[in-house]
Amino acid sequence: MPAPVICVSHLGKSYGPTVAVEDVSLEVEEGEIFGLIGPNGAGKTTTMECVEGHRKPDRGQITVLGLDPLRDAAALRQRIGVQHQEAHLQKRIKVWEAIDLWSALYSRTVDTGDLLGRLGLEAKRNAWFMTLSGGQKQRLFVALALIHDPEIVFLDELTTGLDPQARHAIWSLVADIRSRGKTVVLSTHLMEEAERLCDRVAIIEHGCVIEMGAPAELVAKHCPERQVVFTSDGQSVSELLKRELGSDSVVSNGTTHTLRGRGEEFVTDVINLVAREHIRVRGFRTELPNLEDVFLKLTGHGIRD
Amino acid sequence: MLKGFWKLTWVETKVFIREPMGVIATLGFPVLIFVVLGRMLGTGQVGAVSSQEPPFNVPVLAALVIAVNAVISLVAIISIYREGGILKRLRATPLSPVTILGSQVVIKLAFTVISLALLVLAGRQFLPGAMDVNLVSFTLALVLGTLSILSLGFLIASVVPTARFAQPITAAFLYPMIALSGLFFPLDQLPPTMWALTQVLPTTHAVSLMLGVWEGSGWGAHWGNALALLAILGACTALSPRVFRWE
Repeated sequence: MPAPVICVSHLGKSYGPTVAVEDVSLEVEEGEIFGLIGPNGAGKTTTMECVEGHRKPDRGQITVLGLDPLRDAAALRQRIGVQHQEAHLQKRIKVWEAIDLWSALYSRTVDTGDLLGRLGLEAKRNAWFMTLSGGQKQRLFVALALIHDPEIVFLDELTTGLDPQARHAIWSLVADIRSRGKTVVLSTHLMEEAERLCDRVAIIEHGCVIEMGAPAELVAKHCPERQVVFTSDGQSVSELLKRELGSDSVVSNGTTHTLRGRGEEFVTDVINLVAREHIRVRGFRTELPNLEDVFLKLTGHGIRD
Repeated sequence: MLKGFWKLTWVETKVFIREPMGVIATLGFPVLIFVVLGRMLGTGQVGAVSSQEPPFNVPVLAALVIAVNAVISLVAIISIYREGGILKRLRATPLSPVTILGSQVVIKLAFTVISLALLVLAGRQFLPGAMDVNLVSFTLALVLGTLSILSLGFLIASVVPTARFAQPITAAFLYPMIALSGLFFPLDQLPPTMWALTQVLPTTHAVSLMLGVWEGSGWGAHWGNALALLAILGACTALSPRVFRWE
């Protein structure tokens, strides 16, 4: 197993009477996409800013690439890239000027022309920041975060406020960053985003990590239930299903039958049963639980509540 | 990091110039005051348009307006950058906070000198003899005064809550300072406490120094004002990092 590039232990941070981070401990391994997920105000951004060295924690230890984020801030800034939540640049700065300015600040930089091409910003080189769309702005911020070829990239709520198309474009960019061997730490309140992108996630609620692991593992652990919904015009299908699967697992509503079970094998079992009994099926779909369900189960509320 | 400083200064200059209203106000307003008031009141110079003695020194007022404009513009930029997270984003780079703020100060001082040059040109055109002064000495006095008032501007920028309030709050600080600068009436007419207050304001010393240079008594007779401006600059600069908020 690769060595962790980020170690956080018992981080705590308050703003006056408001506790932003109560107790956060986590480790991020080299080359993974690690997600901090939770509702707004859970403490994701504060955790990230403490790790980046932009905020002084009240309690706890943080090591990033073997460095202390506060004491070794100057050295760390050359090795990490950040993108802030809801960030802006000067309204009338041109895309190429921002890229050019940022390149001048670091001792080592990537080929900026290639970077703009990869992020699809070539045509916007001479555009003012204020004229860019939301997705273009975020791509520019990703470019600025990557310009010095950092080892770890921090992306805070990267796709918030973007339309689905722009969001998908950003997702493939993030996956591309990992494929170049970088470590990515991102925060999001979109469970779909976390599930699509992250190798591992930490679920944060009220300033504490309440669960951590690979999305699929968390789903298997907390929400093993599977659901199959199919429609069939066949006679006494409901009785047959109840006999085979147990009456508690079957809810029939006219020709629509909903079957509930647990474990990896459940869907296969249902398919085999349907085939064996020659049930004629008009529609068939499976409903698998996801991170959203895990979150709901662990916290008792939805992530947007 | 010097490379980053000049690059940032150049980019910020271009960004500033791209907003025509800001540039016109910065460069045009002092010239307008100078020419209009100079024509109306006269400038007290030999060969001036109006021969009567003006109630106050119009060129020094115009120069003071240049300085105050620079401060208002600086506070506005800082508050907009803070509110938009631009300061925060810049601070996440290897740029030091001093570099980020320093480049803004350099730009403001550059525009101060340009404004003064325009004033001189406008004077030649519309108010012959009105800018008959040792220009190097006067420019230095204005730059020192502006720098000192700018340092106070940093403190104001620290307490301005949002960009929306930047302009009115700065004006609320600065306009009374202009009124109490000693340009319009002798300050010894004021009650002792008010007088003491005026002596810690940079505008008072800036005006006194510029009037001195204007009247030909020069730096030697006004080293106290120059020293006071430097002291205010030092004090505000030392205090700024303690109170300044980046976000």
